[in-house]
Amino acid sequence: MAAQLTFQDLTLGYDRHPAVHHLTGAVEAGALLAVVGPNGAGKSTLFRGIVGLLKPLSGSIVMDGLDARAIAYLPQIADIDRSFPISVIDFVSTGLWRATGIFGGIGKSSRERIAQAIATVGLTGFESRGIGTLSGGQMQRLLFARVLLQDASVIVLDEPFNAMDAKTAADLLRLVAHWHAEGRTVLAALHDMEMVRAHFPQTLLLAREPVAWGTTSEVLTAANLLAARRMCEAFDDAAGTCVPAHRPSRAA
Amino acid sequence: MIGQVLFAPFSEFEFMRRALAAVIALSLGGGPIGVFLMLRRMSLVGDAMAHAILPGAAIGFLLSGLNLFAMTTGGLVAGFAVALLAGLVSRSTGVKEDASLATFYLASLALGVTIVSVKGTNVDLLHVLFGNILAMDNPTLLLVAVNATITLLVLAVIYRPLVIESVDPLFLRTVSRAGAPAHLVFLALIVINLVSGFQALGTLLAVGLMILPAGIARFWSRDITPMICIAVASAIISGYIGLVLSFQTRIPSGPAIILVAAGLYLGSVLFGRVGGVVPQLFPGRHLEA
Repeated sequence: MAAQLTFQDLTLGYDRHPAVHHLTGAVEAGALLAVVGPNGAGKSTLFRGIVGLLKPLSGSIVMDGLDARAIAYLPQIADIDRSFPISVIDFVSTGLWRATGIFGGIGKSSRERIAQAIATVGLTGFESRGIGTLSGGQMQRLLFARVLLQDASVIVLDEPFNAMDAKTAADLLRLVAHWHAEGRTVLAALHDMEMVRAHFPQTLLLAREPVAWGTTSEVLTAANLLAARRMCEAFDDAAGTCVPAHRPSRAA
Repeated sequence: MIGQVLFAPFSEFEFMRRALAAVIALSLGGGPIGVFLMLRRMSLVGDAMAHAILPGAAIGFLLSGLNLFAMTTGGLVAGFAVALLAGLVSRSTGVKEDASLATFYLASLALGVTIVSVKGTNVDLLHVLFGNILAMDNPTLLLVAVNATITLLVLAVIYRPLVIESVDPLFLRTVSRAGAPAHLVFLALIVINLVSGFQALGTLLAVGLMILPAGIARFWSRDITPMICIAVASAIISGYIGLVLSFQTRIPSGPAIILVAAGLYLGSVLFGRVGGVVPQLFPGRHLEA
């Protein structure tokens, strides 16, 4: 399988402090990859790097002929002004941006796709409601509908099932499985290990440094999870410069 | 009798017809701009921009007297400079836009006042401060109309990115580069509408025909499209009634227009369908589902 995303000695971070440190590896096209790790492990940072919101401190992310703007991204903390007077249907339609751009019209077939996306996430009947009237779970369904419309070959979901009731989570998980079946590459940051074991064939265990990456059953071992928990969360303000020669050797 | 009061000023006097045309043009441009200012939580930014324009206009006045073209150009240059610098600084450094704008408009104001006092002329800035919609000559009227046309056309172009940037900026950043240009163009539109407004209402009240109608619209609709229509309509109504009021009572025209708009705003706060005080006090029995 061709690699869709390749991380080459990638370091991402803030104010020169690394949050993802020396990550090397490849995500195959069509992979369904769970990214797990403790809070502050760099999961969100990695995703922000992938979608181009954050420039690497060093190393690089190579995309196989893909523009970062063609990736559908569901952030953990969406920066959405919910008091803005926009209806559910208009909000979801913004997912068509790549197809319509600034001017493109939304024709009949697009309208059907929008209705379909809204139905898929179970928000039929909410079309003309303002987004400010939705509950947290409904809002998350709305964001999934927009991701659906983006029709992206790579989908990045940052803790998509947080604070969700079981039914909503199951519904949306089915959608993720459907994307996988369609051959899309899906990356999801998750905390629910049971869910990862049950539904995600591949896992990257991250604790700033990559701890393990591979088949889920081989990655989520007690030893690996313990190693991930030992990660020091705080940045060291007095940290010296990371010199390549002093770096501990790591498995490729 | 009523017809006499409402229509006679316009059928009898050409300057009243010009004033009405100007106020309608101002409303068409300023209404939508005001709605976006409000929705983007930039209501006071409009006010700051109005102050930023003042020194530019004053310099134009100093250099070439009461020359409309020079004053407008000065205002445009000062306004654009402040708007663009503030926008660029906040976008490239992460300083909040209001903070960087406050810095730049104060600097602009101080610079303007310095230039005026060094020149030592006792400039009569009353015209610039309060405008005079009853003295609209042809070039001024044309300028206001052209600015309104530009505003509507350009707003149509940047409408989609502007809306998405207002509601979900992070999303727009991940799918497109249009966000920053749309924002800067929007700032430029604010400036040309303020320049229009200050010919008619003066720098101090120019923002009034943008912000007050937007505030009114917010109480009558939950959707942005009707909101813009209501804002434009209430701006035109305020302008019309304000002009009549000014004609009949000798209240200065600019303040009269803004006071009428403020009255409509007060009525909307009390009786507005969306979140008005009275509808909230008597909401009716709760629904079944």
